[in-house]
Amino acid sequence: METDYADGKAAGNKTPAAAGRAGLGALARELLRDRWLYLMALPGVLYFIVFKYVPMYGLVMAFQDYKPHLGFLDSPWAGLKHFRRFFGEPAFWTLFNNTVLLAVYNLIFFFPLPIVLALMLNEVRQERFKRWVQTMVYIPHFVSWVVVVGIFYMLLTTEGGVINELIFALTGEKIAFLLEPGWFRTMIVSQSIWKEVGWGTIIFLAALAGVDMQLYEAARMDGANRWRQLWHITLPAIRSTIVILLILRLGSFLDSGFEHIFLMLTPTNRDVGEVFDTYVYMKGLTQAQYSYSAAVGLFKSAVGLILVLGANWLAKRFGEEGVY
Amino acid sequence: MIQDRTFGNRLFDTVNAAVLILVALCTVLPFVYVLAVSFTDPHEVAKGGMILFPTKFSLAAYEYIFSTDTLVKSLGVSIYVTVVGTFINLLFTSLLAYPLAKPHFRGRQVILLGVLFTMLFSGGMIPSYFVVKELGMTNTLWSLMIPSAISAFNLIVLRNFFQQIPDGLEDSAKIDGCSDLDILFRIVLPLSLPAMATFGLFYAVAHWNTFFSAILYINDHNKWPVQVLLREIVILAQSRIGETSFEESLIQPLTIRMAVIVFATVPILLVYPFLQKHFAKGVLLGSVKG
Repeated sequence: METDYADGKAAGNKTPAAAGRAGLGALARELLRDRWLYLMALPGVLYFIVFKYVPMYGLVMAFQDYKPHLGFLDSPWAGLKHFRRFFGEPAFWTLFNNTVLLAVYNLIFFFPLPIVLALMLNEVRQERFKRWVQTMVYIPHFVSWVVVVGIFYMLLTTEGGVINELIFALTGEKIAFLLEPGWFRTMIVSQSIWKEVGWGTIIFLAALAGVDMQLYEAARMDGANRWRQLWHITLPAIRSTIVILLILRLGSFLDSGFEHIFLMLTPTNRDVGEVFDTYVYMKGLTQAQYSYSAAVGLFKSAVGLILVLGANWLAKRFGEEGVY
Repeated sequence: MIQDRTFGNRLFDTVNAAVLILVALCTVLPFVYVLAVSFTDPHEVAKGGMILFPTKFSLAAYEYIFSTDTLVKSLGVSIYVTVVGTFINLLFTSLLAYPLAKPHFRGRQVILLGVLFTMLFSGGMIPSYFVVKELGMTNTLWSLMIPSAISAFNLIVLRNFFQQIPDGLEDSAKIDGCSDLDILFRIVLPLSLPAMATFGLFYAVAHWNTFFSAILYINDHNKWPVQVLLREIVILAQSRIGETSFEESLIQPLTIRMAVIVFATVPILLVYPFLQKHFAKGVLLGSVKG
């Protein structure tokens, strides 16, 4: 990259080693020349230090008996006490089960749907119709979880919700979707699908747009029908996108959508609905067991980190580009 | 493109279109229903039988909402947080993205790695809560704006976008005596309007929909954004139905709750058509490796 600065030095072109040899004078000149850049970067760098790195340091509280008035520096150490308590508690396995089950359900029922929808949209020949459908299905993505859960509540309630009215008219019975724990996971997954399925198609549609049209024409010459074209041309063309997204999904396996679940949790479905994140909130901020819940949070973050790195390693093993 | 007019193909197209219409209706009808109920006479709704369109038009729900200052106040909070918060987001993000896009900026690799790492690992809810608290931000609207000032993901995408701007433009501005700050505001940002519109939309949506940080950091009911109020009125009230304390919400039930949902949704739907042409591009930009 050719750069030509007003001071004529063009120090940006030098390798770091060369810049090092040029000595302190050159360094000072460079710092002076880029003073505005440093000044501009300052607020952002401070932001990341204060709001991202200080909390990471704050995780030491998981190994302390944290007292808010003493702070991270002076609270007494507690070693692994909180971790031992957490792993020894029956709640651990409940949380583990709930989190993993939700993740598996999402993977099985949610993950394939944007691909299917994108393939269907891709088969549409009329551009206007395609755009119209896309506009509609993107909308829920922009709405908050509170609104989504609110709408589902309004539609499903046994006290006059349309869906229950319809079910009642057809079968003479009502279904307590919102109260019965048995419906919890179904509700969570269907709400996720309703909210995000349309948005999820964007990336696949982009991949599909890159497919060479000549392939289809050649296939048609050979007598391939639409299904064969789908199977032999379209699907292979988006394979790597599917693999990458699947791996990303595996990387964030434990993130089951905290706000969403938090909103759906009621005292009746806590047994099936409580996940690591909501447990951290409940123990930490409503019951003030700071160190204990920080330990739970640290456990979750650490497992998350391992999953992301593992998934990325896997991606590279599969010959895909990987994410990092 | 050659059109095959065989029966099999026509059947395929018809079924495909029918299913897509069904999917589109499934996403839109709930919104239409909510809107319709909010404009219907409460007694009509209580009688039941209203499926999709108002049987008896009424503004009662909206009149009620505006007669209490709770919702008006929280709408004000949400608008303020969205406008000021998005401005802060765009300013902070572009201020950091620009230096990171300059190959000769020392420390760029370190900062980038530092930012990437925050996407992989975080201190989590409890330590973050204490940081915000120690800074004295709890119970102020700053707590809804400053701790989310930069999204690492948006930052990296914007940096990549800045890198694509030809150096020549910036160099000639330098010769004319512009500082880097001038260049960012007078040349780079005006050239990046589509990107700024996309990120502005994403940040604004996030602010308008913000809910959990308000639950965490704000106890003062007067400073609740609209989503928190919505949860109180729609979700918590629903799970408390039958309890005596919520008799009042049972008298005018559905219509008012629906009207609040409308308020929490409409602003997003208003900006959506204007920005739609940009965001698909923005998302694709984002999917390119950081």
